[in-house]
Amino acid sequence: MMAPASEAELAALVADHHGRAAPLWLAGGGTRLRLPQAAALSTRALSGVVTYEPGELTLIARAGTPVAEIEALLASQGQALAFEPMDHRAILGTTGAPTVGGVVAANVSGPRRVLAGACRDHLLGVRFVDGRGRVIRNGGRVMKNVTGMDLGRLVAGSFGTLAVLTEVALKTLPLPEAQETLAFPGLDAAQAVALFSAALATPFEVSGAAFHAGTAWLRIEGLAAQVAYRRARLTALLRDHTPEVLDAAASRALWQGLRDVAHFAGEGALWRILVKPTDAPATAAALARLGGNASLDWGGGLIWYRGPGEPAQVRQAAGAGLAMLLRPSGDAPPLFPAEPPGVAAISAALRRTFDPAGILNPGLMEG
Amino acid sequence: MSTIQMPVPDAGIIAQKPQIVAALQAVLPADAVISDPAETRAYECDALTAYRCPPLAVVLPRTTEEVAAAMRICHDMGVPVVPRGAGTSLAGGALPTADSVVIATLRLREVLEIDTSNRFVRVQTGVTNLSVSGELAPLGFFYAPDPSSQLACTIAGNIAMNSGGAHCLKYGVTTNNLLGVRMVLASGEIVEIGGPLPGAAGLDLLGLICGSEGQLGIVTEATLRILPRPEGARPMLIGFDSAEVAGECVARIIRSGLLPVAIEYMDDVCLRAVEGFARAGYPDCAAVLIVEVEGSEAEIAEQTERIRAIAAALHPVEFRSSRNDDESLAIWKGRKSAFGAMGRLGDYLCLDGTVPVSKLPFTLRRIGELSREHGLEVANVFHAGDGNMHPLILFDANKPGDLERAEAFGRDILRLCVEVGGCLTGEHGVGIEKRDLMSAQYGPDDMAIQMEVKSALDPRWLLNPAKVFPLDASQPWREGTAR
Ligand SMILES: Cc1cc2nc3c(=O)[nH]c(=O)nc-3n(C[C@H](O)[C@H](O)[C@H](O)COP(=O)(O)OP(=O)(O)OC[C@H]3O[C@@H](n4cnc5c(N)ncnc54)[C@H](O)[C@@H]3O)c2cc1C
Repeated sequence: MMAPASEAELAALVADHHGRAAPLWLAGGGTRLRLPQAAALSTRALSGVVTYEPGELTLIARAGTPVAEIEALLASQGQALAFEPMDHRAILGTTGAPTVGGVVAANVSGPRRVLAGACRDHLLGVRFVDGRGRVIRNGGRVMKNVTGMDLGRLVAGSFGTLAVLTEVALKTLPLPEAQETLAFPGLDAAQAVALFSAALATPFEVSGAAFHAGTAWLRIEGLAAQVAYRRARLTALLRDHTPEVLDAAASRALWQGLRDVAHFAGEGALWRILVKPTDAPATAAALARLGGNASLDWGGGLIWYRGPGEPAQVRQAAGAGLAMLLRPSGDAPPLFPAEPPGVAAISAALRRTFDPAGILNPGLMEG
Repeated sequence: MSTIQMPVPDAGIIAQKPQIVAALQAVLPADAVISDPAETRAYECDALTAYRCPPLAVVLPRTTEEVAAAMRICHDMGVPVVPRGAGTSLAGGALPTADSVVIATLRLREVLEIDTSNRFVRVQTGVTNLSVSGELAPLGFFYAPDPSSQLACTIAGNIAMNSGGAHCLKYGVTTNNLLGVRMVLASGEIVEIGGPLPGAAGLDLLGLICGSEGQLGIVTEATLRILPRPEGARPMLIGFDSAEVAGECVARIIRSGLLPVAIEYMDDVCLRAVEGFARAGYPDCAAVLIVEVEGSEAEIAEQTERIRAIAAALHPVEFRSSRNDDESLAIWKGRKSAFGAMGRLGDYLCLDGTVPVSKLPFTLRRIGELSREHGLEVANVFHAGDGNMHPLILFDANKPGDLERAEAFGRDILRLCVEVGGCLTGEHGVGIEKRDLMSAQYGPDDMAIQMEVKSALDPRWLLNPAKVFPLDASQPWREGTAR
């Protein structure tokens, strides 16, 4: 595996591969993809926090910086990455350390997305090397910036098919002072999503809304007095159900597990399906008919499905939703959902622009 | 004469005006095509009124299909197109050229779908920003981005400029609240991107389109994220006798772990203008902060108390928190009338650079020095929580050379913003105004790839000519000789 130690070295390497039209398989900490080792390129040697300004809610880090290092640094100042990126090691059975570049490249976002938005919503700026080996800067380090085209958000979530990220600037946010979770046992998916829709329509800033094995959970965060108040108001509103209250420690442990989808760790095809939240119960029912199990996050907008359904069957069950086979059985790469034709044409044109020789993770995102 | 150049219009296209208008009339309702110079004059500028140029014709479609039909004709005849919403851009983003057709989306005014269970609204993009929240209010929801121009500006313009507002410290800007668009490409093809699902199948095209200033397509419909309305909100006013200390207070509030919905800043020049105009009862001091917090009465009281303690350690000349709606209005009154008050003092240029919050005091001091060097007064009123500054440069449009001096001063301020680690524009966009300063922020390759992206979607460079990219750098692209 190649692991250049500087941005310039990385750029030269990509330029060389561009010239030879030789493919490169990109990795951060190597927790996501099983790569052909000979052509694998890791950013893990581009590591380290460049700037952290708690008073400006700004962090700049090189792409290969381990997420754990960043989380520890932020926590020391009472801050965090509000989108709470999931750690894929449990479900993918990989080792290595997740890197911040990998998080941005895959737009990895956890349960708090329902309130705080996705990784890309916290992205302030990027440096990257495009498919010709040019070093490019876009955005910056300030919270508001509309100068020119927003290429950072385009590269975020492009899974290394447009460019190699070398540095990212992210917005940090204060860690909530207090948290607890309301657990609602004995529900089906339809009842859970109805509960989520009701709770997420309140001003009480529910920061997690997930469902698994008959229990729905709502996470409440804020100042200590705020959490107590919000719990009382939500419980009164949802009075058809009697929740159990999980304290801060139990709540933290629960959401870390939900974030990492620990309940579907191990083997067997695992799908990540995006749906309109109110479509989730019907989709979950259709998936259940294929066999296997499903859980919900993001108020119903995200379905995790582990089961024997064939790709065509799962896609049919997903209906208007978008189904990604994140963990195929065996050694196959993940399978992305197909883009609609008009959109696919735009994406293809953009890929030719960023990577004319088609060398960066070639074909990875093709549905 | 003002200093921003526009390319020489294509005489061949202008000569073809009758054929172009006839072709448009053949596919659009009679009242949707305007070509009489007396009427096209109404579209000769946006809110950057120093720059004016009537277009060849104006098209006012009512449906996406009509937009597409007009776009296809312009594409086939090689006519540049200027997309337009309400024309409130402060950057000249909607300024026509003499050889262009303006396609305005302001008659596309339908609210298509409100879905509170899935927390989105789908609208045609000619609806005004304020009317979206107006529709949602009875349901207990709102649309978060709230530019001060929200009564007039449209969702189309907001998407094109990635507009922000006073409350984006907590809720983000347009790009954080946009879920999907329906868009007409330069070829006239209609595409749907995104929607109510929490993510895309492939690339994040929405992120690219939002803020692309009409360079990539004409957005006709949008799916927007909506939020439950907070229980309540209350501002507080904090006066300081030093700009530095006010800046320090902003940083300490943010570090404390509180997240106010808004932190607004006004300097002494602005305060005096506002006092003379609105009599808001603001203290006469170097700087005033208005900080707004949200929640229940108890939550507001607790946050207010914490901010009071932070401010007290910095010895403010005044601290006033609102106890009721009347007091809230009084505190906001001066801030909301700031632009009007400044307008009474004379003409002004409104800038929009962003700086890191820690650089606010230094930047303010430097702007003061530059003001003396250029011999023009400047007032500062801005969104301090995110460092988005709005220096207002005062000048006299009737005095020969004054606009040019103001523009030169403005360029110095924007270069300063970039130098201290910020950017040219936080929410108003580049347009024509900051176009030629792009090279202060971006190197040649940084800009080249943006122009290549533009070319990927608009190969003939017909959409919104002479905006965003410096004229010299974009010349080969515009003339089709690049690469
Ligand atoms: C008094 C005042 C206060 C303001 N306050 C703020 C503020 O607080 N925050 C802020 O962010 N801005 C503010 N602005 C700037 C302005 O209101 C915003 O940029 C707004 O989003 C423009 O909307 P519009 O409908 O007027 O668009 P226009 O001015 O008509 O167009 C703006 C840009 O969008 C493009 N465009 C328009 N329609 C489309 C379409 N359908 N498809 C693709 N591109 C299109 C145009 O080509 C142009 O480049 C203010 C302006 C004024 C005059």
